[in-house]
Amino acid sequence: MKALRRYDWLRTVLLLVGAVVFVFPLYMTVMIALKTPADMTTLSGILSIPSDPQWGNFVEAARVADLLTAFRVSVTVTSSSVVLTVLTSSMVGYAIGRNPKSRLYRILFLYFVSAMFVPFAVIMLPIARQMAFLDLDTVPGLIILYTAYGVPLSVFLYVGGLKSVPVDFDEAAWIDGASVFYSFRKLIFPLLKPVHATVVIHTAVWTWNDFLLPLIILGARRINTLALAQHSFEGQFTTDYNLGFASYLIALLPMIVIFLAAQKLVVSGLTGGGLK
Amino acid sequence: MILRSRAPYLVMVLPMLVLFFVFHTYPLLQGLYYSFTDFAGWGDYEWVGLRNYRNVFRDPRIFDAYQFTFLFAITSMILVNAVGLGAAVGLNSNRVPARPVFKTIYFIPYVLSLLVIGYIFSYFFAHILPRLGVMLGIPNLSHNILGRPDTAWIGVVVVSVWQMSAFAMIIYLAGLQSIPKELYETCEIDGGTEAQKFLHVTFPLIAPYFTINMVVALKNSLMVFDQIMSLTGGGPGRSTESVSILIYRGGFQAGNFAYQSANAFILFIVIAVVSVVQMKRLQKREVQL
Repeated sequence: MKALRRYDWLRTVLLLVGAVVFVFPLYMTVMIALKTPADMTTLSGILSIPSDPQWGNFVEAARVADLLTAFRVSVTVTSSSVVLTVLTSSMVGYAIGRNPKSRLYRILFLYFVSAMFVPFAVIMLPIARQMAFLDLDTVPGLIILYTAYGVPLSVFLYVGGLKSVPVDFDEAAWIDGASVFYSFRKLIFPLLKPVHATVVIHTAVWTWNDFLLPLIILGARRINTLALAQHSFEGQFTTDYNLGFASYLIALLPMIVIFLAAQKLVVSGLTGGGLK
Repeated sequence: MILRSRAPYLVMVLPMLVLFFVFHTYPLLQGLYYSFTDFAGWGDYEWVGLRNYRNVFRDPRIFDAYQFTFLFAITSMILVNAVGLGAAVGLNSNRVPARPVFKTIYFIPYVLSLLVIGYIFSYFFAHILPRLGVMLGIPNLSHNILGRPDTAWIGVVVVSVWQMSAFAMIIYLAGLQSIPKELYETCEIDGGTEAQKFLHVTFPLIAPYFTINMVVALKNSLMVFDQIMSLTGGGPGRSTESVSILIYRGGFQAGNFAYQSANAFILFIVIAVVSVVQMKRLQKREVQL
């Protein structure tokens, strides 16, 4: 009895209602992905747990939409963008953060960070032409763009995070004869781990799920990321919902798995890394 | 401070500076330049001065797109923050069982693609909700809400709130956890109710988090694209055509490269002004509270 009274039941019930709202679309996705078109005639047929789960739907969806290739492209784009963003933005953030009195670096900071207010729609038309002109309407081109477009937020986060790493650390290393590069690489870079976590999460979630940039850069070349493939094969999927939902699940699952495995890191990364 | 050569810092900044200029600032300037021409996206073009800008202001299609975009963005900003804050307050209580499970469920949408969620919901609106509406005898729900011009925007709002609330909630949770427990105890000793505690302790103390969430939600919603592509494609008719969708369609598919560049610059100015005004006003409020 005592244990029961400890709980705030009003809050619990409201949270349960919310949880149903958030889980239901994902539950529905899994159920439809495992069924046949014949099951889809009634509500209970659609939403019930399948008696004969059609695992083959995933294989068929992957074949129809060439999801294996799309998966490889997505993994390449996301992992390369994450690594390049961490390496380059942390250096830029370090140079800016360690020269707070220099007007040059203050202007640089403003230049990078104010770009956060530029909606992508403004550069969308010219950048598509420019990338095609440079023969960079390719996967490496997309990675370059993500690395560049990640700069405003990442540099902002690194400059913020660097404030909690005392300059004395650098100076101690310099007295011992270390170069700026050496002290950054061996001393400061590892100390920025909380910021790296934030930057990695933002960049990974963004580049994995982004649709518009791959659409305008890779669309004409018929190269798909996992997200873009959902759009490119929309026509096929509206005639066979089961394959469509199997394909949606393939696109969503990697992020869900990573999130479940690293939930603590994700949440503390989003709240701790200077985003406040 | 030990004097160090500044060369290494320059070497650290320079590559990204060049990259950023070439792939962000240069196209931005190019878009600005084209917005004063009659460039179709291919072929020759001429300088036309402010003609595109004048025409943008007279274009009923662009006006409709802004009207929809603002209606959508303000509604979803309010709902995203209401749901995010409500969920955070619920999850912050230690008198709720299985909190880690709830947290996980409420966080998940943050990592999911808006495009794909849009596809999933478009099936839900077309095949599940109408059947539930018929079963429950609610005539307004017995048809596909995405199929009607006056209700389709609600579907776009639902998907956006479903996906975007998670981020707001994560930020609010961090804010709530930064409030010292003693403040609530003081409030309780003074006989404060739950509502008073929220209004006089919680809300003033999370004001900075409120500012961030409102600004981020409005800015992201004003740029809405992905979920519209998967839910309605801008339809029925043009009822859910957002400004970004219009720029994409007009610029790439309809040969209005220059004209939509002008439209895009107006969107840029609108978003910048709205964000700055919003930040100023909310920060002023933070101080007053």
